[in-house]
Amino acid sequence: MTDKKLADWWTESHASLYAKLGGEAAVNAAVDIFYRKVLADPRINRFFEGVDMEKQAAKQKAFLTMAFGGPHNYTGMDMRRGHAHLVQQGLNDTHFDAVMEHLGATMKELNVPGELIAQAAAIAESTRNDVLGR
Amino acid sequence: MTKIKYGRDTYPLGKDQSVLDCLVEHGAPVPFSCRSGVCQTCLMRALRGVPPDASQQGLKDSLKLQNYFLACVCHPMEDLEAALPHEVLSSVPATVAALDPLNGEIMHVALECHDPLEYRAGQFINLFRTPALGRSYSLASVPQQDEHLHLHVRRLPQGKVSGWIHEELRTGQTVELRGPSGDCFYVPGRPEQEIVMIGTGSGLAPLYGILRDALHRGHSGPIRLFHGSRSRAGLYLTGELRDLARKYPNFDYVPCVSGERPAPGLAGGRAHEMAFKEVTDFKDKRLFLCGHPEMVSAAKTRAFLAGAAIKDIYADPFNVNAAAAP
Ligand SMILES: Cc1cc2nc3c(=O)[nH]c(=O)nc-3n(C[C@H](O)[C@H](O)[C@H](O)COP(=O)(O)OP(=O)(O)OC[C@H]3O[C@@H](n4cnc5c(N)ncnc54)[C@H](O)[C@@H]3O)c2cc1C
Ligand code: FES
Repeated sequence: MTDKKLADWWTESHASLYAKLGGEAAVNAAVDIFYRKVLADPRINRFFEGVDMEKQAAKQKAFLTMAFGGPHNYTGMDMRRGHAHLVQQGLNDTHFDAVMEHLGATMKELNVPGELIAQAAAIAESTRNDVLGR
Repeated sequence: MTKIKYGRDTYPLGKDQSVLDCLVEHGAPVPFSCRSGVCQTCLMRALRGVPPDASQQGLKDSLKLQNYFLACVCHPMEDLEAALPHEVLSSVPATVAALDPLNGEIMHVALECHDPLEYRAGQFINLFRTPALGRSYSLASVPQQDEHLHLHVRRLPQGKVSGWIHEELRTGQTVELRGPSGDCFYVPGRPEQEIVMIGTGSGLAPLYGILRDALHRGHSGPIRLFHGSRSRAGLYLTGELRDLARKYPNFDYVPCVSGERPAPGLAGGRAHEMAFKEVTDFKDKRLFLCGHPEMVSAAKTRAFLAGAAIKDIYADPFNVNAAAAP
């Protein structure tokens, strides 16, 4: 595939994932469930201590929008910058795995078909190296 | 380097510095209070340049479109020319109609606006002692029921504005207000939903307004109010709230004291701890949290983990800390 075609394929396939999942409504339904799982998880909740809940929820929403293949403004650089202070505090693969686990469980709870869960997980997974600053 | 133009001067913005910090450092008279994007006292307008979205959070759309922003949380990537809003967004004068102590440290202030102010009970206004010194106070009055605006102002040691209200302000005097702002108020709809209110100290002010607004609009679901103070002397409006509880069977009032043994009729412990003891499941419940910022933040997280949806949690942290003092 040429670069142009690859880009089109990416946009189309992901836009359709977002549409299939139900667009913004799906993100809204998922964000509270997802963020609650994240905050309640002793493996990772120390990274959220002292942060403003509303602002953090907005970030979780942006993350889910991206994972669902929806419109987002993240670049690899923002991901790196946004998580650099957490990497300094020891953020590593096990924490990333925990977040992936909650993403999957959230979508399961919302009865999303397995095949779409796998697609969303693949998108989220593609940010791993940027998030972990590698 | 990003530059901020204000009046005739232009200042370089330091790394990670907010527009407010930059201007204050250079002695520009910009009013501020919370320094965290809550109170809207530091509202400014960009005459040139576009303020970042994050500095417009919580502003009305009409203000956003006119490039208003909150200087304390404004970290622009491009040069800005900033001005104080008073030419455009003028403050409104109000006459002090009454001043009555509610207890040893909280003053009831009734204000008569020279032009009627449209507001919702629980929103807040900014009250100015001087054009550069203003603080936020929540509205305890309900527009359909009360003739005047009502505030409950707690006196803080060396508090620049609360001290002035308690000691120098007199009935008949005219003050300047700006507002209303804030989205901590009762939204009609779902009248059967359970409401839990938790407040400390003068955090009762917005709750008292929201409560009466909800009852007045026929809210039929249970409403529980937990109001806390260290000592019994710090509670107030207990008689009025007990009367409301007798009149409305769906309303329940729990006054709490945390620093002394509770007298009969009072609960022992902090207001939010009492609330979480009595209400364990917050699914589908609406929550109002007002007062001490640590209480508000802790209660928010706890209620969320206990099932409350973020959109059902309304909060006003009062943000009284030394960092807020100019
Ligand atoms: C949305 C919102 C709604 C609010 N609603 C209400 C309300 O309904 N009722 C109410 O009573 N309050 C309310 N507040 C709080 C109110 O706005 C003021 O913050 C409060 O009255 C204190 O203002 P002040 O000017 O009296 O004190 P400030 O002069 O701002 O001082 C604050 C505290 O810091 C201390 N301090 C000052 N300087 C120093 C220093 N150099 N070192 C250490 N400590 C210092 C003072 O002693 C004081 O205790 C609200 C706040 C917000 C954000
Ligand atoms: S919003 Fe800026 S000082 Fe409060």
